[in-house]
Amino acid sequence: MFETILIANRGEIACRVIDTARKMGVRCVAVYSDADRAARHVAMADRAVHIGGPAPADSYLRGAAIIEAALETGAQAIHPGYGFLSENPDFVDAVEAAGLVFIGPSAKAIRAMGLKDAAKALMEKAGVPVVPGYHGDNQDLEHLSGAADAIGYPVLIKAVAGGGGKGMRLVTRPEDFNDALDSARSEAKTAFGNDAVLIEKYIQKPRHIEVQVFGDGETAVHLFERDCSLQRRHQKVIEEAPAPGMTDDMRAAMGQAAVRAAETIGYAGAGTVEFIVDGSRGLRPDAFWFMEMNTRLQVEHPVTEAITGVDLVEWQLRVASGGGLPKRQDALTINGHAFEARLYAEDVPKGFLPATGRLAHLRFPDGARADTGVRAGDEISPHYDPMIAKLITHGATRAGALRRLSAALRDCEVAGTVTNLAFLGALAGHDGFAAGEVDTDLIARDLDHLVVEPAPEPRDIALAALAAIGVLHDSDRSTGFCLWSPLTQTVHLRHHGDEIAVRVQSLSAEAHDVQVGDKTVAARRVGDRWQMDGQAAPNIVVSGALVTVFDRYGIGFDIVDPLDRAAMAAGDRDVIEAPMPGLVKLVTAKPGQEVREGDRLAVLEAMKMEHALLAARDGTVEEVLVAEGAQVAAGAALIRLASDNSEGNTA
Amino acid sequence: MKLNSKAIPASADFQANRQAHLEALSLVREAAELAAAGGGEAARERHIGRGKMLPRERVANLLDPGSPFLEVGATAAHGLYDGAAPCAGVIAGIGRVHGQDCMIVCNDATVKGGTYYPMTVKKHLRAQEIAEECHLPCLYLVDSGGANLPNQDEVFPDRDHFGRIFYNQARMSAKGIPQIAVVMGSCTAGGAYVPAMSDVTIIVKEQGTIFLAGPPLVKAATGEVVSAEDLGGGDVHTRLSGVADYLAEDDGHALALARRAVAGLNRVKPTSVHWATPEEPAYDPEDLLGVVPADLRTPYDIREVIARLVDGSRFDEFKARFGETLVCGFAHLKGCPVGIVANNGVLFSEAAQKGAHFIELCSQRKIPLVFLQNITGFMVGRAYENEGIARHGAKMVTAVATTSVPKITMVVGGSFGAGNYGMSGRAYQPRFMWSWPNSRISVMGGEQAAGVLATVKRDAIERKGAAWSTEEEAAFKRPTVEMFERQSHPLYASARLWDDGIVDPRKSRDVLALSLNAALCAPIEETRFGVFRM
Repeated sequence: MFETILIANRGEIACRVIDTARKMGVRCVAVYSDADRAARHVAMADRAVHIGGPAPADSYLRGAAIIEAALETGAQAIHPGYGFLSENPDFVDAVEAAGLVFIGPSAKAIRAMGLKDAAKALMEKAGVPVVPGYHGDNQDLEHLSGAADAIGYPVLIKAVAGGGGKGMRLVTRPEDFNDALDSARSEAKTAFGNDAVLIEKYIQKPRHIEVQVFGDGETAVHLFERDCSLQRRHQKVIEEAPAPGMTDDMRAAMGQAAVRAAETIGYAGAGTVEFIVDGSRGLRPDAFWFMEMNTRLQVEHPVTEAITGVDLVEWQLRVASGGGLPKRQDALTINGHAFEARLYAEDVPKGFLPATGRLAHLRFPDGARADTGVRAGDEISPHYDPMIAKLITHGATRAGALRRLSAALRDCEVAGTVTNLAFLGALAGHDGFAAGEVDTDLIARDLDHLVVEPAPEPRDIALAALAAIGVLHDSDRSTGFCLWSPLTQTVHLRHHGDEIAVRVQSLSAEAHDVQVGDKTVAARRVGDRWQMDGQAAPNIVVSGALVTVFDRYGIGFDIVDPLDRAAMAAGDRDVIEAPMPGLVKLVTAKPGQEVREGDRLAVLEAMKMEHALLAARDGTVEEVLVAEGAQVAAGAALIRLASDNSEGNTA
Repeated sequence: MKLNSKAIPASADFQANRQAHLEALSLVREAAELAAAGGGEAARERHIGRGKMLPRERVANLLDPGSPFLEVGATAAHGLYDGAAPCAGVIAGIGRVHGQDCMIVCNDATVKGGTYYPMTVKKHLRAQEIAEECHLPCLYLVDSGGANLPNQDEVFPDRDHFGRIFYNQARMSAKGIPQIAVVMGSCTAGGAYVPAMSDVTIIVKEQGTIFLAGPPLVKAATGEVVSAEDLGGGDVHTRLSGVADYLAEDDGHALALARRAVAGLNRVKPTSVHWATPEEPAYDPEDLLGVVPADLRTPYDIREVIARLVDGSRFDEFKARFGETLVCGFAHLKGCPVGIVANNGVLFSEAAQKGAHFIELCSQRKIPLVFLQNITGFMVGRAYENEGIARHGAKMVTAVATTSVPKITMVVGGSFGAGNYGMSGRAYQPRFMWSWPNSRISVMGGEQAAGVLATVKRDAIERKGAAWSTEEEAAFKRPTVEMFERQSHPLYASARLWDDGIVDPRKSRDVLALSLNAALCAPIEETRFGVFRM
């Protein structure tokens, strides 16, 4: 076994690797960027080496610097985690050239799976089922319709040069094929100047089921499947193992195919073979097709660990240090069911906009495994993926595990940033999901219903108001004293942009009557716990001007400072500000330019997404305050429109 | 040291007392609720319709969340002016702003446009007097049309009339007691000087106006037609005239600005006394209602009251065996050391001497004094006059009048005759004077007064050789007894600001503690007593 390993990663996966290494008595070296100086993985490691600036290209993608750090600190092996350099064969070569061990597959294996088309061809040759289709040069009508017949309806006609759905047609019956082909071709011709098409099988009710494999370079075993069908825009949201509705036949077929895929390329270490499955008529051994192989540890590996009892990182270290496969296939069994939910800092109602913020409070629920790279007080920075944690639950049955997931999501406390907890909670409570009727379109289909955040209850608002004015921990015996007529003060909160006026009548340090709308909530302290109308109050955290009530996935309220009134009144639509910290990718506005409301004036790249900044009204650009390529803070003024005098100055 | 109560809560007397006190309390509560409601529903709706906060809401939003509010004159003008001026049209009291005790004076524009009735003036001046004595920053939430014209003779010309408000502002400012005005409505004529005489003035946009003469008067005088806003609105005063310093968007913003102004005052509270850790009394203050007899004529041990007011019910009684009708001693009240002077019967010469001695002690040690008044007067009769009770009484009165330590007076029973003087009545300028609902105040008891008058009358009749039947005498006495009964009632007294307010006995401890807290915002000066007649 290695004495020391270096983890070429950050966040939860770095922490996860350190956890296991620690248990095995292996020392850990962390690497970190400027943004991660105080990060959890740095604090957990035995040693930490600074490798550059916050941008991944300046730090976590700098293979040479990482290898140098490993050599300097006496590490014998490098664990790449996932993402960053984990599937970069050149890095693997460089690690090995430096005399170090790469904890993962060979460069050759990575390369074999790196190019999707080549990988598919390779797999097809090895007898692993791939999605049937015709990708050939013969574009004769007869030939193409023959290919469609051979593939089996329904089929998709796709423009070879296509993209964005242009030149794409779904054909469900052979008699419609000719018309569909004509229209697809003419559209492709217009759009791309190339009317060549390909034919593919159309997968109905597609499910994403993947098989965890583990190889020693020659032989491989599989650790059963995971179902990752709950996706939003190809991002996995909740994963589970085993797949609901899986049959022994199909599991055996998929497992064999996955092992064959791994053995074909001489795979070593942990890997995942992804399949697309036609879920329209239940799971059948002939309805799964190879999509790709991920030559690394997956984000969702904990669900496999939960049902097999295997520590995959431990296996990685053992195999990489020269050990054989710790278990044979027949020694691996499934125990119960597991779920993983990915908890992100993101603004769901605003279209899942990645969010940032300092985690004023963070408490993970009991009864769930929480893999995290952050602690209370840490910052969710704009430089990396805004994942807060993965919550993993296990149960003897799927229903039991799902119930635990729901409970864990309900009990999870995050303050300081918005999160997708309510969305995850809605998903965990989705009837179809509970029934195991999963497919990759489920979220998109029911999105409107899933993103509805529950409106805060009067008792939550009342509690937030009391926290906002700071009386919850008050012990002053004279609080609320009056001779005859109690005073009632008004507190203003904001929730999702709506201002709420709350009237608080303090009777004593232990008793306040709080009026929200036409409802009065009696807040009483009993012992050292607050009760709202007799019900125990949820936990609450105040951080700056943000109050978070830990009821129903955490409800955030902004405290409205009356002193901001002046600023709000003066606030105008002349200045376009950065909505979040980011990089100014593009500035299209020019001084003097006439713009219409909604025109794009600049593009801000932040959190791996591009945000168009639009004119809030018609007008003339007066000043461009920022240059392309500049890194700006949230709220930075970017573009100013000439002040609008058309309304006249009444002064 | 810990007092022992002999009260029996299950006893019939206790329950009867409690019932009587609750009845007296409910009368006061009704009066206070009437006062707090201001000028009635219609006026309130109109006020809110203008985008203004109601006056009590303004006070609440000015103060720290949950701040205690020690209201002064909560039932002022009760029953006066045919009930036209609830609460005298102005709210006054002490509350905390950024942890500092401040005097708040807030006009109630729902009461006759916030105009000043005679009692409004008296209340405003009383609030200023408290602020000046206690060094409390003054916050004036102004929304007033100025003097109430039909009552101009009672509000304008005299020394303690309208002009005194601005005199006080100037004098307090000179003493370094901050004067802050928030103009939240009209500030007309004389009222214009409240913001103008303040150190810092905030005005609410399109709502506050300050002018010496409003648009109607301007039109009458010069023919100029001008809107109130152009004549003296927030924009004008913060941009052109400089009469106001900050322009607020609305009431909430204005109050936040006022809070910020207080936060920046850089004042340090003097540490005049050695504070102990506060402790609840061993006996529940709730039982005050049962231990104090409903009938003022029933004697009881005042220590039963003290036991329910002071920390741990601990009382270091001074000279317990001498002049027993006056109970003197040291205690702590919510951590503040106090000297308590309390009546336990009529005052005799020894009691008066003991009182003077005790006040000297507290003055030398700079310990605040709390007077618990329940006094029918000094003992009368030849023996007492001959031994010089007036001389001994004068010692106590001198000590009370000239001591520099803060005095807080709580009238827990009768306040009659010269006893009122010796026990720091209103004329002796205690920092605060509070009354219980069962208390009565008058120069003497109604029966005694009627008796005196009847004796004089009978003498005159009999000198003329005529006869006066007992029935005739009774009929003669009745109006006097009734007049005394009416005029000695605490609601009558408080309406005229003879005290600072009526207090629920169960809240006495809080009231005393808050009064002491406010009083101790000013340093305690050295005492220089007058000549004690020996």
